[in-house]
Amino acid sequence: MIELNPFIIFLAAIFTNNMIFANFLGMCSYIAVSNEIPTALGLGQAVTFVLAITSVINYLIYDYILVPLQLEYLRFIVFIVSIAAIVQLLEMVLERYLPNLYYALGIFLPLITVNCAILGVSLFMIIREYTFMQSIGFSIGSGIGWTLAIVALAGIRQRIKNAPIPKGLEGPGITLIITGLMALAFVGFSGIVQIQ
Amino acid sequence: MAKNNVKKIFRMGLWEDNPVFGQILGICSALAVTNLMMNSLIMGLGLIFVTGLSSFTISLIRQYTPKHIRMMIQVLIISAYVIIVDIFLKAYLPEMSKALGPYVGLIITNCIIMGRAEAFAQKNPPLESLLDGVASGLGYTIVLLIIAFFRELLGFGTIFGIEVLGDWWTPWTIMIMPPAAFFILAIIIWITHNIKEKNEREVAK
Repeated sequence: MIELNPFIIFLAAIFTNNMIFANFLGMCSYIAVSNEIPTALGLGQAVTFVLAITSVINYLIYDYILVPLQLEYLRFIVFIVSIAAIVQLLEMVLERYLPNLYYALGIFLPLITVNCAILGVSLFMIIREYTFMQSIGFSIGSGIGWTLAIVALAGIRQRIKNAPIPKGLEGPGITLIITGLMALAFVGFSGIVQIQ
Repeated sequence: MAKNNVKKIFRMGLWEDNPVFGQILGICSALAVTNLMMNSLIMGLGLIFVTGLSSFTISLIRQYTPKHIRMMIQVLIISAYVIIVDIFLKAYLPEMSKALGPYVGLIITNCIIMGRAEAFAQKNPPLESLLDGVASGLGYTIVLLIIAFFRELLGFGTIFGIEVLGDWWTPWTIMIMPPAAFFILAIIIWITHNIKEKNEREVAK
């Protein structure tokens, strides 16, 4: 495999391998919390922040604890516990030292533990055998890509609030169709860079 | 356990409260693996196994789990079963394990399992919880297979890897790409909503 520059991975994670449009990760909160732009932006920031921290810590745990002890098969449990612990810790630290940020992100933080994107990024970086720098590029890129998707969707949903939609399509149905159209648009980026 | 009860659990899991089109849960992994029917089937079986057994275990120890740390315990139980599925796939179906990639691990964060644990297993006896888990898993698998059926048939001209449509068929490349998954799921939600609404109207009459 050619060693990819971390910056290229960063770009690819935003555009061509977008968490939502290419990997379908983090769909649950994506559909639930995309009614208003400010809330979507808040959640997006929280996800990006947590992604960057968890992937670094999970990378270190996996390479320096699990691999030497040959306990790779335990990675699911270890990752989910470390993600839950980091989110909890982050909540306490933010509350103590950065109350403004805490109140901005507050309600979203606990939600993040069960966001598939967080665990997904950790698992992807293990499967693709990224180096440390590549993992950082990948996780931050994924977070920004996810934010981009959810904010764009929230913007579109605000616009169609009063549009006449077929009864059965209201809510999740129309959201999925919009997402499909957005995914089609993102397919256009696929010529730029490609990571498998 | 009354027979009626079993029937009701399955009807809820498969149709009325179907996790995918009824409650919009677990679509993260539902969409990613539906490009081939075989992938969807294995993924569905794995999920049925995990949902059923984790609901069973959670219900079994529900009286002994302290309320405020129950989420953590549920996640740990679920991860343990997911690890079993992962090891099994690696040992017996290595090809499949590679194709599903991280999505096997992502069963842990699949909201269906936590949802069933919270909504049902927390309050009901073990055997019924097991059935409830299996029913929800089945509902999920069926939707997966429906999506995969259209995507594989139109995208490759095959079903379960067997060629159905001959050489005359030009595969629709878009069907194997992500956007098609969103569109097909949206259409399924649309159709089921309409059928449900029609039934409700008839009942109201």
